Amino acid sequence: MASRIDVSIEHKHAPPDAGASKKHPNTCPKCNSHYREDELAANLRVCAQCGYHYPVGALERIEQLLDPGSFIEEAADLRSADPLSFFDLRSYKERIAEAELKTGLGDAMLMGQGKIEGNNCQLTVMDFSFMAGSMGSVVGEKFARACERAIERDVPLVSVNASGGARMQEGILSLMQVPKTVCAVENMRDAHIPFISVLTHPTTAGLLASFATLGDVTIAEPGTLMCFTGPRVVQQTVREDLPEDFGRAESNYRFGHLDAIVQRRELKSTLAKLLRLFDHGR
Amino acid sequence: MAGELELRLRDRLAKLKQLHLPGAGVSDEVRRIEHQLAEVDTGDERSEDEIWRSVEFARHPDRPYTLDYVERLVADWIELHGDRARMDDPAIVSGLGSFAGRTVAVIGHQKGRGDAVQRVKRNFGMSNPEGYRKAMRVMEIADRHGFPVITLVDTPGAYPGVAAEQHGQGGALAASQAAMARLKVPTVACVIGEGGSGGAIAFALANRVLMQQFAIYSVISPEGCASILWRDAGQARKAAAAFRPDAVHCLELGVIDSIIPEPEGGAHTNFDEAAKLLGQSIRAALGELGKMNGEELRRDRRNRFRSHGVIAS
Repeated sequence: MASRIDVSIEHKHAPPDAGASKKHPNTCPKCNSHYREDELAANLRVCAQCGYHYPVGALERIEQLLDPGSFIEEAADLRSADPLSFFDLRSYKERIAEAELKTGLGDAMLMGQGKIEGNNCQLTVMDFSFMAGSMGSVVGEKFARACERAIERDVPLVSVNASGGARMQEGILSLMQVPKTVCAVENMRDAHIPFISVLTHPTTAGLLASFATLGDVTIAEPGTLMCFTGPRVVQQTVREDLPEDFGRAESNYRFGHLDAIVQRRELKSTLAKLLRLFDHGR
Repeated sequence: MAGELELRLRDRLAKLKQLHLPGAGVSDEVRRIEHQLAEVDTGDERSEDEIWRSVEFARHPDRPYTLDYVERLVADWIELHGDRARMDDPAIVSGLGSFAGRTVAVIGHQKGRGDAVQRVKRNFGMSNPEGYRKAMRVMEIADRHGFPVITLVDTPGAYPGVAAEQHGQGGALAASQAAMARLKVPTVACVIGEGGSGGAIAFALANRVLMQQFAIYSVISPEGCASILWRDAGQARKAAAAFRPDAVHCLELGVIDSIIPEPEGGAHTNFDEAAKLLGQSIRAALGELGKMNGEELRRDRRNRFRSHGVIAS
């Protein structure tokens, strides 16, 4: 159904159509290997040929990382309001409705509690396919509540991020989610609650300027774009060729902004190890 | 005018949207009604022109900048330079001085005035991570010695450069807010021109957030918003009217605590008067905060930001 929305007006002003040459989502953009859906899912959505990490939705990510059946979702009923009655080419309400239909999620973040190899934790997982994972009031609220729940339960917080930044359709209120989540992390620090931030492709702009970079430990998947300003805008500003890995996890690792780059198949065991270490130290 | 026509259109629109049928027909109809509403709906709202006037005034090349206010409001000013790691960022000024008879730390974005050379020297008020790290250093000094912190926000945004990214722009913006969240001294932030997104919020996590009458405060520039959502930067006026970055709207949403009046015709017409009005508002805000101890100030600040956002009920 969602594909039937009439977006002809947008397309009229769109840059030369990228969609025409677009590959099938299960075709590796790096090496052109193609996988059946079940093959790809079984390999954690990593290309068996070249190691490219495909995007992972929030629900699938939870399946990959948490012990089976251990996830209990919280604050699932939160939904965006439309405080500005925002209308660009389409109304914000319509965009949200479309995203809900497309993803089956209430907003761009799932929050709850669960276990990773038996270690209790509070968890937030973002989904880029819901309006580019943008952070509006709901994402900000869910993250703030996750911090509060982690303090109450005295367990670490693990946050798996994927976001294009603030949700413009909520105007200045989306910007306010940035300091709101920073304050939530600070409260958690005062309570000595460990916070592990996992950056997945892409985690940019408003997310980097808020909780995503404030982890006690900050790790990323290979190839994750993690820049405050996107490569296109930077290129327009400086008008020169950018380094090949500009803004990527590899570049950030070299410049000292990441603790580690972790392959997806090692992500669960790495998180479990970190949770054990923080737990035994207390 | 919010007349009968508008009510009828809104009613019809609400019903259509409840259908949850994203078919082309409904979508067209919704768009048509929204378009009509946009034409009707200009009576009690501030008009596109008024909002755009704020954008133009906030960016006016003769608008007073941080150092203009410091000169008029702060006695015994000493600027403190450098982040102690890499460089001194000229797009941000920070220092100590005496305000209303008490030592304060002042931190603000600084734009260059006059010719292109001066503007480039200050990088148009767009800071690199080093600028925010310098600011954090000065915040820590203030915290250690009990000086209130006053921040003056006036930036189009954090600088989008290669080195800025390599040196951790996003992380620096987050760290600056985290540092402000930890302070045990009173903090007052004033948006005195362009409150541009991440670059602005890095200095705005304060106990009191004030905004000048013709300043703007927004998550993205009107041009940026227009080029993403309308795919045409030329639609900036329309974009500004949609997300309304003006002071009145920010006050309505509770994002700021009060509006600082400007001289008639804007702050650029009379620096002395603008500084006087700004000084009065900051003094009043600091007065209110004077009664709280360090822990209360910290809690007040975090609770203030905890409440931001609108969730569907």
